[in-house]
Amino acid sequence: MALRRSVLTGDAGSLKSMSDTLVARDVVQRVLNESMGRGADFAEVFVEDRANASASLDQRRIQELSSARSRGAGVRVVVGETTGFAHTADLSESGLLAAAHAAPAVAREGRGGVREVRLDDLRDYPSRAQVAPSSVEKAAKIALMMRADEVARSSADAISQVQVGMSDSTRRFLVANSEGVFAADDQVRTRFAVSCVANGDGGMQTGYRPLAATRGFEFLTPESIEEAAREAAQQAITKLSARPAPSGDLPVVLAGGSGGILFHEACGHGLEADAIMKQASVYAGKVGELVASPLVTLVDDGTMTGEWGYLAIDDEGRPGARNVLIENGVLTDYMWDYLRARKQGRQSSGNGRRQSYAHLPMVRMTNTYLMAGDADAEEIVAQTPRGVYVAQLGGGQVNTATGDFVFGATAAFMIENGRITTPLRDCNLIGNGPEILKRVDAVATDFSTTPGTCGKDGQQVAVGCGQATMRLSGITIGGTAS
Amino acid sequence: MSELLERAQDLLGRARGGEEMEVFISRGVETEVQAYQGEVENLSSSASAEIGVRILVDSPQGARVGSAYAGSLDEEAIDEAITNARDNARFATEDEFVAFARPDGVGAATLSLCDSRVTSTSMDAKVAMAIELEAMVRAGDKRIRQVDAANYSDYLSDAAIVTTTGISATLERSGAYVSVEAIASEGDEDQTGWGLSVGRAPGDLSLEKAASDAIRRATRMLGAVKAPSSKGIAVFDPRTAATLWSIMGSALSGDAVVRGRSFFAGRLGEMVASPLVTLIDDPTDPRHFAASPFDSEGLASRRNELITQGQLQQFVYDTVSGRRAGTSSTGNAVRGGVSGSPSAGCRALQLMPGDYDQDEIFRRVGNGIFVESLTGVHSGVNPISGDFSVGITGLMIRDGVLAEPIREVTIASTLQRMLLDVIYVGNDVEWLPGTTAAQTLAIDAIALSGS
Repeated sequence: MALRRSVLTGDAGSLKSMSDTLVARDVVQRVLNESMGRGADFAEVFVEDRANASASLDQRRIQELSSARSRGAGVRVVVGETTGFAHTADLSESGLLAAAHAAPAVAREGRGGVREVRLDDLRDYPSRAQVAPSSVEKAAKIALMMRADEVARSSADAISQVQVGMSDSTRRFLVANSEGVFAADDQVRTRFAVSCVANGDGGMQTGYRPLAATRGFEFLTPESIEEAAREAAQQAITKLSARPAPSGDLPVVLAGGSGGILFHEACGHGLEADAIMKQASVYAGKVGELVASPLVTLVDDGTMTGEWGYLAIDDEGRPGARNVLIENGVLTDYMWDYLRARKQGRQSSGNGRRQSYAHLPMVRMTNTYLMAGDADAEEIVAQTPRGVYVAQLGGGQVNTATGDFVFGATAAFMIENGRITTPLRDCNLIGNGPEILKRVDAVATDFSTTPGTCGKDGQQVAVGCGQATMRLSGITIGGTAS
Repeated sequence: MSELLERAQDLLGRARGGEEMEVFISRGVETEVQAYQGEVENLSSSASAEIGVRILVDSPQGARVGSAYAGSLDEEAIDEAITNARDNARFATEDEFVAFARPDGVGAATLSLCDSRVTSTSMDAKVAMAIELEAMVRAGDKRIRQVDAANYSDYLSDAAIVTTTGISATLERSGAYVSVEAIASEGDEDQTGWGLSVGRAPGDLSLEKAASDAIRRATRMLGAVKAPSSKGIAVFDPRTAATLWSIMGSALSGDAVVRGRSFFAGRLGEMVASPLVTLIDDPTDPRHFAASPFDSEGLASRRNELITQGQLQQFVYDTVSGRRAGTSSTGNAVRGGVSGSPSAGCRALQLMPGDYDQDEIFRRVGNGIFVESLTGVHSGVNPISGDFSVGITGLMIRDGVLAEPIREVTIASTLQRMLLDVIYVGNDVEWLPGTTAAQTLAIDAIALSGS
């Protein structure tokens, strides 16, 4: 086994040549043979080397810089309906073999026999990052954080607190399985976020702006950082004069970008094949049916280069793909990982993802978005006599079995007589996926995306959301004003 | 001295002149079983070891800290972590309040938190529990159409925290859980409910309790309707009440307070809650699932009374936030695993029980809503402004008893108002997993938004 340690700390150039040395091909082959020889139907070795760096600024001080390094492998063995899994931080051949023994031991019922695994030629996907975060001086990262702090604080006297967070992760992985898949990828992600607190007569309000991409340090420019700082500060200031949100059903216009969280929750999770195959989704058995307004064409697209949910290959070695889920309101397909697809005798859609080598892969979204329409964003507002304009969503949650979901507005305004008026305090909106999808009655052209972190069964992965300005004819707003 | 503690102490020898060092090592084994349709769907069993290193450099202007983490205890990984922590320390801003914990004379409680039955119980027995749990739910009610997941999981871990400033703490603990999510169906309608049981070892778990909770919660939601908008009393069950107290607890963090990010800031001594509210944080109470003799900086745990009969008594501090506030640590350092840095947080919250059981509270409330689940807590609750708006499912309370189920509605208020509007506290304390134990709680003046 050869493990070149320079890879994650070196420059972008050295990232490219690393794949076959994370663990040598012949070792991977022997580990798979060992698993299959114990009677498995499928075996997989996933080797990962990840370096994270993070820093935070608070109260004008750089608090603490942290570095984290995790290396290890997960071995997955499928026997019949049972998946056995073991992980190890020991990447030596004996360490991997021990995990390979533990995994089928837990899957048991091995039938014995020998099956030689034939690995394909390595498919290696070099990093798309132009400037590897690890090659950037820490002082340069700090300078950007200080700049954001300064810009946010100088936006208004009412800004009392500014927090700036920055993190990057370089994740190199190698995945091989008994079907011959042998692939490696370098995923570099960079994130920067500004949070502000403004103090006013009516108490404190908050503003938040994240910047995140599957790119290197080149993604963060002084201009983009200053804009994020100004916007976070402005959002907190604006909310100082916010009044309680209304309660009850009203038309809602969602600004382009973070409104995509609506689709992530209202139907994205319900279109993941693991929920479908357990009949734990309101969308099970509905392919070919009209499940949404004809204005809704929903896509999950792992190929959007640079987006937060971008991936060259998923964590099972399948190339990222553009998958149309709903076309003009008609449900066309679900999202699939390897295991779920195999049971249906079809191919994975490139949606098998895992938080780390210590986790089993499952069906996850990548970048999920509503295709742009042809309405004008301003016209949509102008044609809404009374309603709520949501400028930013802060997250959501869904119960896939009932379809009921919520999403939180962190920047919202009243719409009165076709004009955006008073700012509103934070609130959640609640609806039922299949009902709400039918209430999309206008979609504009101003498409944009927003980054998010999606949690499912305790695993976190980076996802993108997107849409253009759009309107729901009605949804329940969880405010306190009647 | 345990082998782990010895290893951690040895590493302190790598601190250079002018440096303080903290080493946090944790090691554990864990098992997870998921059953589906009478078979094992997933089974994983793994061991892991992690190390977190923090290095502090002092200067006349203040101290600087850097940290690093490694997901293994091999020599190379440890070397790299120490090198990175040292390098990271160069870039922090000097801060007069930054320091590592020092022994403060408080003795650690003797707690028995580790049960070796976690490792002595056979894998077959653990698998059998997950399979039996699923079968119990499927057979428990004919309206149960599906069991999405029936899980068994356990862990056993030991950890050591040592510093060059004299801290030396070790901690062994174990835990076992079962949980199950049931889907009940009638006509076209599906409803879900989940149940759980927790303990220190497999033998502590009650499959019956987990199964019956899941079945009851799923089946009694069948026929749920969207309720009309209104304002009135909401009764929270122990699980949802625990979520509320966790949020309140996050605003009682000394870190949030000294940074001006809590609605409690500047209100010590004031009546911030109803006189029915006495809230304490006590990791030395062995009944609490989050009990622990030490905090995440290695200081002894202690009982802290935060709100006494409605009056705000104190906040919780770790070493740094305590110094910033001109006081000292209350033994409340928490961190997000070995890789996280300490900050101040509540560790084992509980509300002093009231006089009534749940049924008596329903009777006294007369009319209102009973809240069984909350959604969108991360997106709809702001512990800085106090704004509170979440999705719920539950049941109406009419004439003192539970009536029809309700769904797709939100409840809203502000955290400040909710504390003052507490009208009944139950005596039915549930020792839930996580950092908060709770009982039934009734709060007035909650806005319900529905049809």
